[in-house]
Amino acid sequence: MAHEAYRRSRARRSTLIATASTVLTAVALYLLVVNSPGWEVTRRTFFNLDYARQALPEVLRGLRLNLELMLGCGVLILVFGLLLAVLRTLRGPVFLPVRLLATAYVDFFLGLPMIICLLVMITGVPALRLTGVTTDPLLLGGAALVLTYSAYVSEVFRSGIESVHPSQRAAARSLGLTNTQAMRYVVLPQAVRRVVPPLINNLVSLQKDTGLVSIGGAIDAVYAAKIIAAHSFNFTPYLVAGVVFIVLTIPLTRLADWLTGRMNRRQLQGGAV
Amino acid sequence: MSLRKPSAVLPLAALAVAAALTGCAPQAANSDGSAAAGTSGSAGAAASCAPGALATRTAGKLTIGTDKPAYDPWFSEDKPENGKGFESAVAYAVAEKLGYPKDKVGWVVAPFGKATAPGAKDFDFDINQVSISDERKQAVDFSSGYYSVRQALIALKGSPAAGAKSIADLKGAKLGAQIGSTSLDTITNTIKPSTPAAVFDSNDLAKAALKNGQVEALVVDLPTAFYITGAEVPEAQVVGQFESAAQGEQFGLVLDKGSRLTPCVSAAVDALRADGTLAKLEKQWLSDAVSAPVLK
Repeated sequence: MAHEAYRRSRARRSTLIATASTVLTAVALYLLVVNSPGWEVTRRTFFNLDYARQALPEVLRGLRLNLELMLGCGVLILVFGLLLAVLRTLRGPVFLPVRLLATAYVDFFLGLPMIICLLVMITGVPALRLTGVTTDPLLLGGAALVLTYSAYVSEVFRSGIESVHPSQRAAARSLGLTNTQAMRYVVLPQAVRRVVPPLINNLVSLQKDTGLVSIGGAIDAVYAAKIIAAHSFNFTPYLVAGVVFIVLTIPLTRLADWLTGRMNRRQLQGGAV
Repeated sequence: MSLRKPSAVLPLAALAVAAALTGCAPQAANSDGSAAAGTSGSAGAAASCAPGALATRTAGKLTIGTDKPAYDPWFSEDKPENGKGFESAVAYAVAEKLGYPKDKVGWVVAPFGKATAPGAKDFDFDINQVSISDERKQAVDFSSGYYSVRQALIALKGSPAAGAKSIADLKGAKLGAQIGSTSLDTITNTIKPSTPAAVFDSNDLAKAALKNGQVEALVVDLPTAFYITGAEVPEAQVVGQFESAAQGEQFGLVLDKGSRLTPCVSAAVDALRADGTLAKLEKQWLSDAVSAPVLK
């Protein structure tokens, strides 16, 4: 009993010390920042409330474009990425050209800087004056995002497919499933579940890259901030746009954490028997 | 003992952070301090703009910044140092007035966003078609204006915008302009089109979009308009110019906020205007920019 009470008092004491120490540190940091010589200029240049108020509605209007592109392209990227990954894992000598083409595609777009892909699509393709091909910078930019990100995502899917133990496929085949059926019912469900966290990372990355479409003149959240900053020479709008993106990203990364944790727990369940 | 540990570690961490912060503080103090010295010293220094003896970044040399690529007709062949093009000629004339002959002048590349960002500058002044505004004066110093500019509209020949006779005719057009430019302000504040303007990071991207038909028309300053339609996008034409605001829009040389050079550079620009040099250079390099119909 006495031991219990002692432990409780020690725990209370350590909580108190931790709290006091944290508060002290926070106050010290605050005073240090506020009293540092450059603070006034920094505050005026980066934390100007007037410009924040001016920027927020513009940034949110631009954010619509980011979200639309992310959703529209996201779906296409998942479909193309999975298709590419499956094509690359096809077996049998007859599929060699397909495997080669898919590999070449992935190699090419993994290596190609995104900005080059965007420039070629947005400014290069319309210059060809092809009939029936859009000149809309949004559609062309979206296409560039799909081209590049499909390569990234296909690699993620492929690693998932290859992480499924060969015995799974062997077992499926010995049950009488065809190669296609084994892939469809045994390998892919396990593979996809395993790569959900990296896929979400790719989605976050895509969300931030959607703004690159602004080289075609379209105004996304970041560009809306840049327009105000270029006009006023004040940098508060960048901070506003940055915060908006962070707020948007945090739930996504937490979701990825939660999914990873859940999957780890499930795996442990199996292993602990 | 084990309880002591965290309480000992936290202040240590705080110290480390504080050290890191004070580590950057002196830099801020320096730039701030020199700026303060600049403003307090400028009153006294204004009188002593002794030729060739200004407090430039490199003693005895004048460093001028501009963007790359440097566009015609403001510069020529993307070579600010050749003295050709209006702004290159003005820069050398100002340098001469300050007591720096051509061989004492150096050029650095200063992208638009960087030239105007806070912090130390690697040029003494920047010349890059930057319009003077009160808002921008909060962040940088401007010399007196060296050029009065008007905005103009260029459109692809045969497009509806090319036939515009008034601002009202442009409401439905898909227009474009460069970021941070008063051309963009002209679209958003004067034309107010029904579709929002396309905004481009550089004039080259804007010109490509015009060529490709991704925008119907561009707003640029008048000399640039004549250069683009004359040499770069011949399939476009100058449709007209816009009336400028009451006092008119002026391009100014950009200097670091609180620079000691500002009064001297301004005095040099004023002297060049007074003795007719600016008018002469304008006629020599921008003579095209004479008569475009005014869109009201």
